[in-house]
Amino acid sequence: MITLNINGSNREVDAPEDMPLLWALRENLGLSGTKYGCGVAQCGACTVHINGEAVRSCVTTLSRAAGQKIVTIEGLDDDISRRIQDAWVAADVPQCGYCQSGQIMSAHVLLRENPNPTDKDIDDGMAGNICRCGTYQRIRKAIHMAAKK
Amino acid sequence: MHDIHSLTRRGFLKAGSLAGGGLLLSFYLPLPAKGRGLKTPSPTLFTPNAFISISPDNSIKILCNHSEMGQGAYTALTQIVADEMDADWSMISVEPAPANAALYACPAFGMQLTGGSASTNSEYDRLRRVGASARSMLITAAAREWQIDAALLHTENGSVFGPAGKKATYGELVEKSAGILPPKPEGLKLKDPKDFKFIGKSLNRIEVQSKINGSAIFGLDVMIPGMLVAVIERPPVFGSKVKSFNPAKTKSVPGVKHVVQIERGIAVVATGYWAAKKGREVLEIDWDLGPLLNSETLRTDYLELAGTPGKIAAKEGDVTNTSGAATTIEAIYELPFLNHAQMEPLNCTADVKPDSCDIYIGTQGQTIDQMTAAKILGMNPDKVKIHTQLLGGAFGRRAIFDGHITAEAVQTSKAIGEPVKVMWSREDDLKGGYYRPVSLHKLTASIDKNNNPYSWHHRIVCQSFIIGTALESMVVKDGVDTIAVEGASELPYAFPNVQVEWHRGMNLVPTLWMRSVGHSYNAYVKECFIDELATAAGKDPYQFRRGLMDNHTRLRNVLDVAASISGWGKALPAGRARGIAVHESFKSFIAQVAEVSVSNDGKLTVHKVWVAIDCGPVINPGNVRAQMEGSVIFGLTSALYGNISFKEGKVEQSNYYDYKMLRINEAPEVEVKIIDSTASMGGVGEPGVPCVAPTVANAVFVLTKKRLRQLPFPANVRS
Ligand code: FES
Ligand code: FES
Repeated sequence: MITLNINGSNREVDAPEDMPLLWALRENLGLSGTKYGCGVAQCGACTVHINGEAVRSCVTTLSRAAGQKIVTIEGLDDDISRRIQDAWVAADVPQCGYCQSGQIMSAHVLLRENPNPTDKDIDDGMAGNICRCGTYQRIRKAIHMAAKK
Repeated sequence: MHDIHSLTRRGFLKAGSLAGGGLLLSFYLPLPAKGRGLKTPSPTLFTPNAFISISPDNSIKILCNHSEMGQGAYTALTQIVADEMDADWSMISVEPAPANAALYACPAFGMQLTGGSASTNSEYDRLRRVGASARSMLITAAAREWQIDAALLHTENGSVFGPAGKKATYGELVEKSAGILPPKPEGLKLKDPKDFKFIGKSLNRIEVQSKINGSAIFGLDVMIPGMLVAVIERPPVFGSKVKSFNPAKTKSVPGVKHVVQIERGIAVVATGYWAAKKGREVLEIDWDLGPLLNSETLRTDYLELAGTPGKIAAKEGDVTNTSGAATTIEAIYELPFLNHAQMEPLNCTADVKPDSCDIYIGTQGQTIDQMTAAKILGMNPDKVKIHTQLLGGAFGRRAIFDGHITAEAVQTSKAIGEPVKVMWSREDDLKGGYYRPVSLHKLTASIDKNNNPYSWHHRIVCQSFIIGTALESMVVKDGVDTIAVEGASELPYAFPNVQVEWHRGMNLVPTLWMRSVGHSYNAYVKECFIDELATAAGKDPYQFRRGLMDNHTRLRNVLDVAASISGWGKALPAGRARGIAVHESFKSFIAQVAEVSVSNDGKLTVHKVWVAIDCGPVINPGNVRAQMEGSVIFGLTSALYGNISFKEGKVEQSNYYDYKMLRINEAPEVEVKIIDSTASMGGVGEPGVPCVAPTVANAVFVLTKKRLRQLPFPANVRS
């Protein structure tokens, strides 16, 4: 058994230590908001926060995640999150929506570290998240909106 | 996907019956189950037809017969119904309709299929009637209840109003609506478009909340009780077969439950994805490989074919008569295989029981999936229940004739006797075939001594993914796959002599439609080569095109608009240049202008793309913009990076590191101008794609004087 601290509570997971956190979240704990897109840290769909940092859960083993403070899209609950999610709705960002949990998790860290990012800052901070539907222009706009409030 | 709107009704029926074992067509207004003598719906709901269900609490559920894959079908189609029924938008939710072709076939295809950029334009008339009919029935219910002439009643925002302040919400009328029949089609009154409240408005995507808080459920998120997870080891080379396999090592991996052979390979079934993947890594299979494809030999074969006459797809005048040609240019264009690379890898969950089957899948083709499962299981199709999930992108990859995604899950569940989710890894998806076909084009064109167009000769070599399927009889004409040549065979430029030919390329790689299909390559070739001819004629590429388009006024208009909003002809900062392209597809008309720069070492930057679109009447302008923005990224991704290649029979690419996607730091600004139009309605999911690559290539030429005749572009566009 591995103990994971997820969205503020401790959860027990019966899984091998080398298994990526992504699968524990999705399959053992039913937190399916964190997505699988590539499995090799290329697309950002699986982004979660560990101790406030954006990390790719598809390449983060359970042994590394154990004991850390993990936040998933389901656990977002602060002022920055609300501003981001409101802006995402106002700009009608999602298309298929599959990448958007990851986009929002990355945008959260970006805005916490840089409350008023430029386009360039946004490009740098968000380049790890692929959106095949091509919602980038609206992501930029929504991050600016979330920042301004 | 291709639009088959124009094909004959007989053709539809034939396709329908081939694909669906005898489908009824529901162009009109299907009754709910009750009206058809089937299961009686709960008396606490009012279901005026198969698309609408109203609850006493005023909530309205729309059963949407088109899949939501990001293109906005749930929202646009609901806007149509809600407008005509005067519903309260805040009380509406959407659910996927079950698989039932008799009730829910797409009018454009005769089966339940989402594609061809056809959802909105093919359903517009029907769904207006669906909404209007419900509204009329609710008025009838109120009139009966109040004993007032229905003509004195009106509806607004989810309620019926009568004289003297009488009011009943739709929810209050649920119980009073029992026994009321739909009005006769002739008597149905539709709104005057000037009274539309939702149609034409940029309403937010109806499922947007679920897509920002992680609660949206895609196929890959499905969990059903007792479900196991499987990955499949598929042939390493297309066409190869399992000779033998040894499951011993795999079975010793903790969590692995079964190793079973299915039609397409070996399924490793485990308690979860990780265990299944680990198990597959140590699986020993001896494959009978068969012929091994190499991209280089394929190219040689196609080049050779291009040197010989093909089947005629379009002909006017005589291209062999060169007497009037003063200047002739020639070129070979080449475009690669492409993978759809939708963000959510393919998957399907199947639960096969002794006399029924449940399938959970994000699919574009419910009818095909249902038929596929029914055939494998020897069941009646109505025993196969399709639970359509949200699609994490699709772009055509989830609309497949052979139903292989479903078939794998059904075969695996059947073999192990338990529910199972078959998951494709990104690598499985990328290497799994069903690609946009590779194509090679030989072009010759000439101008006369006055620099006017004289002849246009385009020879296309590519595979057909239609021949051998249920659509063959509708799509193949005089031996030519009209989808393979779409976008080339209907040249919008006036040349006295035109000939377009097609050669069917043959190999074992399974191919498929991908967003904008034949247009994705033919528009590139057509729009780049016409630019080459403009250069040969010493004319401005915009004006040269414009002068040849007298018979294509909607297309010419978008060209003018794109030129105007982009400031065509005005001075640019040093090192910048514009390119232009124009193309009709899926009944929509689009022109684009790109502004680009190229660094000294040949690195291309696309700064901005302007899009002018005439898609006729617009349901949701915000979504049209979103589709254009996304299409620019999609088209640019193909132009800069898209390439699936083969070596010794194996696909050389594996994942997003070598099959790259455009990222936000490379994404140009996109400005969209939607033309106000009351002309026929076109699609928006695909037609934004074809112009992107040629627009950019033509801009690059201005800076480098190099034509980019091969996609993807080289990393150094000056090389
Ligand atoms: S799934 Fe983790 S980065 Fe793609
Ligand atoms: S919204 Fe579809 S991948 Fe981003």
